[in-house]
Amino acid sequence: MRVYLEARPSPSRLAAWMTPVVAAVATIVVGFVVFGALGKDPFAALRAFFIEPIATRYGIAELLLKATPLMLIATGLAIGYRANVWNIGAEGQLTLGAIAGGGLALAVGDAPWPSFLLLPAMFVAGAAAGMAWAAIPAWLRTRFNANEILTSLMLVYVASLLLSWLVHGPWRDPEGYNFPQSKMFDANAMLPILVPDTRLNAAFLLGLAIVALAWIFVRRHVVGFEMRVAGLAPAAANYAGISMRRNVWLGMLAGGACAGLAGVGEAAGPIGQLLPSMSPGYGFAAIIVAFVGRLHPGGIALASVLMSLLYLGGESAQVNLGLPSAVTGLFEGTLLFFLLAADVFVNYRLRAVAGAPT
Amino acid sequence: MAQPPRPSEAAAPVPRLSLRGITKAYPGVVANDGVDLDVFPGEIHAVLGENGAGKSTLMKVIYGLAWPDAGTIRWEGELVEITNPGQARKLGIGMVFQHFSLFETLTVADNIRLALDSRTRRLRRRIREVSKRYAMPLDPARRVHTMSVGERQRVEIVRCLLQDPRLLILDEPTSVLTPSAVERLFDTLRGLAAQGCSILYISHKLDEIRALCDRATVLRNGKVTGQCDPRAETTASLARMMIGGDLPRPVHRAPHAGAPALVIDALDLAADDPFGTSLRDVSLTVHAGEIVGIAGVSGNGQKELLAALSGERAIERAQAITLLGQAAGRLDARARRARGLAFIPEDRLGRGAVPEMSLADNVLLTTRTPPLVKRGFVRAVQVRERARRTIAQFAVKAAGVDAPAQSLSGGNLQKFIVGREIERAPRVLIAAQPTWGVDVGAAAQIRQTLLDLRDRGVAVLVISEDLDELLEICDALAVIAQGRLSKAKPIRETSAEEIGQLMAGVAATVEAAAAVTA
Repeated sequence: MRVYLEARPSPSRLAAWMTPVVAAVATIVVGFVVFGALGKDPFAALRAFFIEPIATRYGIAELLLKATPLMLIATGLAIGYRANVWNIGAEGQLTLGAIAGGGLALAVGDAPWPSFLLLPAMFVAGAAAGMAWAAIPAWLRTRFNANEILTSLMLVYVASLLLSWLVHGPWRDPEGYNFPQSKMFDANAMLPILVPDTRLNAAFLLGLAIVALAWIFVRRHVVGFEMRVAGLAPAAANYAGISMRRNVWLGMLAGGACAGLAGVGEAAGPIGQLLPSMSPGYGFAAIIVAFVGRLHPGGIALASVLMSLLYLGGESAQVNLGLPSAVTGLFEGTLLFFLLAADVFVNYRLRAVAGAPT
Repeated sequence: MAQPPRPSEAAAPVPRLSLRGITKAYPGVVANDGVDLDVFPGEIHAVLGENGAGKSTLMKVIYGLAWPDAGTIRWEGELVEITNPGQARKLGIGMVFQHFSLFETLTVADNIRLALDSRTRRLRRRIREVSKRYAMPLDPARRVHTMSVGERQRVEIVRCLLQDPRLLILDEPTSVLTPSAVERLFDTLRGLAAQGCSILYISHKLDEIRALCDRATVLRNGKVTGQCDPRAETTASLARMMIGGDLPRPVHRAPHAGAPALVIDALDLAADDPFGTSLRDVSLTVHAGEIVGIAGVSGNGQKELLAALSGERAIERAQAITLLGQAAGRLDARARRARGLAFIPEDRLGRGAVPEMSLADNVLLTTRTPPLVKRGFVRAVQVRERARRTIAQFAVKAAGVDAPAQSLSGGNLQKFIVGREIERAPRVLIAAQPTWGVDVGAAAQIRQTLLDLRDRGVAVLVISEDLDELLEICDALAVIAQGRLSKAKPIRETSAEEIGQLMAGVAATVEAAAAVTA
């Protein structure tokens, strides 16, 4: 009896959809073992990790609040990733978005701009700034063939230093007791709350709208199709006359714009001012979200909620069980690991053949 | 079914390889269904069959790449189970694949070393020796991704010959060789057989099988449908056994050449990789309503010329290529397509089609214009309808419009690509190796399609290494050699011998050059 992997005649759609589920279950099983090994009651630990954070209305609002930037950024990144354009610098583009959107809010100050004008203007400014930041690696790639993975990643640190300079220097709140932070935004620059007594704000709706737009673009628009071709078979894309240069620009700008929107959403949402760090690494976590969601907008929406749960669960496990915060990273890594491993079964299946052992 | 004739009845030798009841099923298709096959020492044994008849699967079973669901394999009378190619090679089985099994990023020597246990330096010398002896010039230090299809096949053949095999399996080995190189290969094979090596020879060229093989086993739909002595058969009778009916004959009407449709004017193009061939002063005119062929041994600039013509590589001087009266050198592939050009590339998977995508999406690949696309949005219903029509019109064997391109056999995918390009109603069609690795039935259909297009006033340019094919369908023929193109001659004023000599002469110079640099 031999068991081996056999290539499927065509990739299994069922397996493609089941992979994230299988990976999530396997991650929970590993969590069970890890918590047990740490001497905690695994059931209590898993409850603290996965159930308690979302047991209340407030918890669910927090879940969606944290899922919003992940959803936004991952959707934008996935457009480039499908075409083999690897924007790793969403964290920096988010920072630039927060600077531009937040800067506008600070500049307007308490001038009587109504919210329905100021907030869209902030989002436009944020998206434009994110795109401008992403345009640098795009230009370096198309002009000098510089690897966009490296350049976009390096620009993350430049962006972070730029924000740090602003909140330590020119934009520092004069009444802020010398803390490196800007003034709090005025009420007209704050996103409306969707559910009373929670922090869930209108950026969540923007996230859903972007997901829907991306879905239409990827599934129905010919440019979405062309970018998919470029990602799957570059020689076929060249044969079909699909411009790689345009794909790089589109892919980078889409990621930059979405990350910029997410930056404004954070600044004008839960934070309400500019701080030296505007995100706990959403720009990087969104890369995992994009892949867990199979680079598909619908999948990304679900994956961002899952990733958000890991964030909340990690915090809850810290508070309730005294577990280290690294446990969140552990779960992220385990999830990605199982996801990639289970991916094999999209293109292969197990087959057993009777025969004498050799 | 007749008893297989033995080379010597008196001795009744043990078959070198004996298969009994080999059955191998893939999801949805029984590729081999109770196949029996005996190959004797020193025998050249043909396996005949259309694409999808199960020849390749059977060879994979013998070579340990596929495990049979049922049946037995005996090697020199011993019951064996061949579980991997390494074991097959240890037994003395060598195989030259139709679809190459080479690592593109490695050199020729590295690729060969992976299959053999040998030191590089000695290996390089042996590669040069063997490739020279069989007139298949090869540079061991060259990387495979820079080589054309024909050159890659040389690597495969030389790799096998280096192992001194006792059973050599060749899957369509001659489709990219010049006539004289085919002769030399046959001499090599006959010599190998005389030394006792058995040869399993798969080909769709019935003339070659009749010239070379001692015995033939015919497969149809996974079953053995007959065995014969090909020398006692005619080409027509062999074809009948194979496809179960008569072959269509190409209808060749007199040409009515019209205005120049594709003009190449003194095109110079530097190679974009160190092992490529630079084009020098290439000029050619293809008129509407004629088929012009370009013959030549692969690696003489065909790849570069095709990239320049298709628009995959833009050219500085726009006037170097004129498409339907317009300077087109600086246009990209999309713009040239919009002006009426269609191009069938030699690589089907990954260039002519996206392997993972459905056939419907692969229609969209080269037709992203109305009515399939409206205001930037894909009209899925129309795309699927177009794909369905192409599949039906060209009798493509596929599970449906949603079947991924990679699930099709080589011949069926080629029919699909040809059909797709013709559905676009081009005014100029460029085809590279249009029938390479395609079974006789499909090849005849593709050639007829090209002839029909010509009769409808389309300008057709065919670049092929299959000289028989070019002589069959072309109105004029030019030869490409070391990046230079000979003047196109009307087909009546030339002959297979003349063209073959031109091609072979070039091969000899290349070989001499290789020997000098060695």
